Amino acid sequence: MADEEDIVLSELNDEELVQQMHDDLYDGLADEVVEGTEILLSRGWTPYDTLTKALVEGMRIVGIDFRDGILFVPEVLMAANSMKSGMGILRPLLVETGAPKMGKIVIGTVKGDIHDIGKNLVGMMMEGAGFEVVDLGINIDVDKYLAALEEHEPDILGMSALLTTTMPYMKVVIDTMKEKGIRNDYIVLVGGAPLNEAFAENVGADAYCRDAAVAVEIAKEWMSRRQGSALAAT
Amino acid sequence: MDVATTGLSTGCDLDQGRAGIMRPLLIIACGALAREVGWVIKANGIDGVDLTCLPAELHNYPDRITPEMADKIDANTDKYERIVALYADCGTGGTLDAMLATKNVERIGGPHCYAFYSGEDAFEMMHEDELGTLYLTDYLVRFFDRLIIKGLGIDRHPELRDAYFGNYKRLMYLAQTEDNSLVEKAKDAAATLGLEYAYRFTGYGGLGDFIVEQAKKGHEDADGNNSLLA
Repeated sequence: MADEEDIVLSELNDEELVQQMHDDLYDGLADEVVEGTEILLSRGWTPYDTLTKALVEGMRIVGIDFRDGILFVPEVLMAANSMKSGMGILRPLLVETGAPKMGKIVIGTVKGDIHDIGKNLVGMMMEGAGFEVVDLGINIDVDKYLAALEEHEPDILGMSALLTTTMPYMKVVIDTMKEKGIRNDYIVLVGGAPLNEAFAENVGADAYCRDAAVAVEIAKEWMSRRQGSALAAT
Repeated sequence: MDVATTGLSTGCDLDQGRAGIMRPLLIIACGALAREVGWVIKANGIDGVDLTCLPAELHNYPDRITPEMADKIDANTDKYERIVALYADCGTGGTLDAMLATKNVERIGGPHCYAFYSGEDAFEMMHEDELGTLYLTDYLVRFFDRLIIKGLGIDRHPELRDAYFGNYKRLMYLAQTEDNSLVEKAKDAAATLGLEYAYRFTGYGGLGDFIVEQAKKGHEDADGNNSLLA
């Protein structure tokens, strides 16, 4: 521990610094993550490389250990807060410098539900992966979802619920999309603690995302399928 | 009626002292309900009913409820004539009910214990009145620090309080007993989380009805005498 306190980030080479940033993210040390981000940028790293190699990769490791039961929600939240601090620096730079765009997602917690920890994690990880994220917030009814789809024209609709009593509302949204003939215009991803794959299938979603890291992987996979389909059609 | 004869003398331990003899009824409950189940059994003079529990901490890990309940049922199937689950859906997303159906185990109705304590309609009205309500029962008030503050890591990372509860407006204490010390603790809990405080006395509600109903079921002779009820 004493050794860790003695580490001076600016004295580490790039490889060591990135490794240390992964450790700092893992430990939820926001100030250190911010400092590391600034150092990499000052060394000429692009915002995109800093984001993907230092922050996103660090959160990927956190995600794996969460899935394996090594880390729990409080630690993941602290790590996420650290990543958020680093992204605060990178976000305007990414806009300026341009970065590969994976697609656009509209995301929100369904009507009757005010829980947004999972949704916020997904939003942050999606943004880190290059998705443009439109976060509608909590307690979102079908009209708001549909209005957002029309306004923002996303590739993906993401719905979240924590309660057994609110998760059936996802079917209301998807059924309404079917009625309006727009269901197949979007990739629909669902997630939340009480959900599972069978539920996602039953409500007519494209996939169930068990955590934020999985959500990113699934979103990428569906986007590439979609792009493949579009190419095949030309 | 001594609670010890119901297997409650050591909290949630089973009374398995009669090897080879099928006992009439086993209740598998959430550990957060153990004390309340004991009082209902005692107050109604119910005999021959055993209780075993899953850890109350599963409140924070709903994905573990269904497999641990299945293991508990499997471990007791050959020891009891009937097993019932005193567990709400509790965020299992229907997987608990699906598993219980395969094992022919009945469950108390409701999505969570708040609903069966207060009644589903009353709960629905409370919920609609203020969506951002955190509900605490006697058990959750008693163990607020362990389950909420430590369990969610707020003791180690106070800044997480708002990440968890930033969208909440009030804390509603659904009281099973009239206990001023718990009222004070609930008020402290609300203050700790920065929420308005509200109180509603529910008693044991549907929990009591369910246990008595299960004790009656299938244990009456031709004359209407029940072997489990005094």
